[in-house]
Amino acid sequence: MQPTKRPRLAVWKFASCDGCQLSLLDCEDELLAVADAVEIANFPEASSAISEGPYDLSLVEGSITTAHDASRILEVRAQSKYLITIGACATAGGVQALRNFADIDDFVAAVYASPQFISTLATSTPISAHVPVDFELQGCPINKVQLIEVISAFLAGRKPAIAAYSVCIECKRRGTTCVMVQGTPCLGPVTHAGCGAICPAYRRGCYGCYGPMESPNMAALAAEWQALGASPRDLKRALTTFNAAAEPFRKESEAHGD
Amino acid sequence: MATKTIKVDYLARVEGEGALDLTIADGKVTAANLRIFEPPRFFEAFLRGRGYEETPDIVARICGICPIAYQMSAVHAIEAAFGVKVEGQLRALRRLIYCGEWIESHALHIVMLHAPDFLGFADGIKMATVYGDMVRTGLALKKAGNEVLRVLGGREVHPVNVRPGGFHRLPTAAEMAGLAETLKRARDDAIALTRWVADFPFPDLEMDYEFVALRHPDEYPFNEGRIVSSRGIDIDIADYDSAFEERHLARSTALHSMTRERGAYLVGPLARYGLNFDRLPPHVQDLAKEVGLGPRCTNPFRSIIVRAIEVVFSCDEALRIIAAYERPEGAFVPLAPRAGTGFGCTEAPRGICWHRYDFEPDGTIKTARIVPPTSQNQASIESDLAAVAGTMVDALDDEIRHRCEQTIRNYDPCISCSAHFLKLTVERQ
Repeated sequence: MQPTKRPRLAVWKFASCDGCQLSLLDCEDELLAVADAVEIANFPEASSAISEGPYDLSLVEGSITTAHDASRILEVRAQSKYLITIGACATAGGVQALRNFADIDDFVAAVYASPQFISTLATSTPISAHVPVDFELQGCPINKVQLIEVISAFLAGRKPAIAAYSVCIECKRRGTTCVMVQGTPCLGPVTHAGCGAICPAYRRGCYGCYGPMESPNMAALAAEWQALGASPRDLKRALTTFNAAAEPFRKESEAHGD
Repeated sequence: MATKTIKVDYLARVEGEGALDLTIADGKVTAANLRIFEPPRFFEAFLRGRGYEETPDIVARICGICPIAYQMSAVHAIEAAFGVKVEGQLRALRRLIYCGEWIESHALHIVMLHAPDFLGFADGIKMATVYGDMVRTGLALKKAGNEVLRVLGGREVHPVNVRPGGFHRLPTAAEMAGLAETLKRARDDAIALTRWVADFPFPDLEMDYEFVALRHPDEYPFNEGRIVSSRGIDIDIADYDSAFEERHLARSTALHSMTRERGAYLVGPLARYGLNFDRLPPHVQDLAKEVGLGPRCTNPFRSIIVRAIEVVFSCDEALRIIAAYERPEGAFVPLAPRAGTGFGCTEAPRGICWHRYDFEPDGTIKTARIVPPTSQNQASIESDLAAVAGTMVDALDDEIRHRCEQTIRNYDPCISCSAHFLKLTVERQ
């Protein structure tokens, strides 16, 4: 083994809950093998040994919410051969993008006694709004098996095998009876697969934490929800959580009232 | 006057983003400031107008390391506001999922983040080159905790199964039996881990903390109890504001939680253990004695042993709950919203996590307030830093810096949690 030849991995944090980078540490069985295959060159949450760039692969968690972070992401991009966003914050702005639909001064005043000390942007934006991104791994949180697949694929120079279809396909594969058929509103038909369809298997509707699938039929979903007795407010709330700023969810949520 | 400033611009092996400024003038520490530069995310602001049903899913996102703590404090607050009490097996299952979170969070900190400080490594992965067996033991423990979260919660990070009134789905007998097998092995691993960390070289430092934790009549606390302190606080969780306040300090723009009467206080494993030692099962008490812990511990560096003891307890408690489990009739207690105010306070791995919500008649949130553990510990972290640095002012800057970083890591601080309400420091020249 020649350590100097190993690809160099960096993990970066912006506005987030740390859950997606924790997914890497949650690979209890694979972690030591990953550390053998790559040089973990910059992962402050896990190591105090930080080596300078450039890096072969950067994993970016979190959204851009401050001017400082807007310039920091440019530096990260400049030092990274490949840049992959991990999770809903980095990919769609995250739950903190709910500020995008509100008055930021009102938000600051609601939480902080001395708003003048807070320097924040009026919006929470995904990494792709600031720099080119090589791959976006969706999910709040991401699936650690998919994370290992994406890392492996980039290191091998191939396309990651991440399906772009909806959660419905995963429910079928898992053998879960459709909860919509049983009368429970579910975002599964428009939500990107990847979680393994956990919520319907736990007897509740999908709440869309993996964000929109490719070309979702939002109008058909809205009609189904209405047929099940969901109010416009129910649908609006369901679409405005962890991927509220993702285009198809944003557009549809704005079509429904409080 | 000889003044020097030591800075750590980015704290490693903590969850979230923070920095440290230490000022030493004429051989004395004149300032030790923990700076939080984690961007605020405004949870309390966007919770206004949301429904009670979606609250556990939303507040989980405050912290990817301890989502159950936020979910539990929230559901208790919601149930209190709507006049519902969750008892029996559903209550026991809540303790079980909390056991999983303590095991997962503590094992991560002990092996991957904290132990490397005592043994001279930059991280757990490098430490594995010498202490491979113990790192693998720690990771196996962490995996066991995550398995509890996966079975009870659906997944490790941001579990989906917690709802007001209980759960969406009950675990099957086969799932519980599988968990028991895992936890039996985990319990042995946790005991081995406790003995291993107890032999680390610990700096001598005894601090005069005011411990604050929940206290329950019979149990080591997870979800319920009164808020008590080692200096006489003994209040209902609804009376939090009568004993505690958030203060501005002249030298800092960060909000610090203080007791109204005395100032800094400590939450988390040391406080919980010190105030509830008598609630641990006798054999866990015996293990604590065997590894040299008294009924209270005031050396923050030795918190790693207390965390390990709490992992042993959590494995034990989880096994007890599984052995006594009988499937309840429903997965949740039905509840109807009404106007009102509810409080929730539960023991996150890092200490008490306090929530208050005001609801409209239809269960929509009017206002929300959340006090996470790390913000409460900020003042204690800073007094530890001043004490530690004060004993080594003549040492090399790098040595002081390293020891100060270690001092902060004693707390397993979760800055992502704290930052949604901590003030950011803005220097104005």
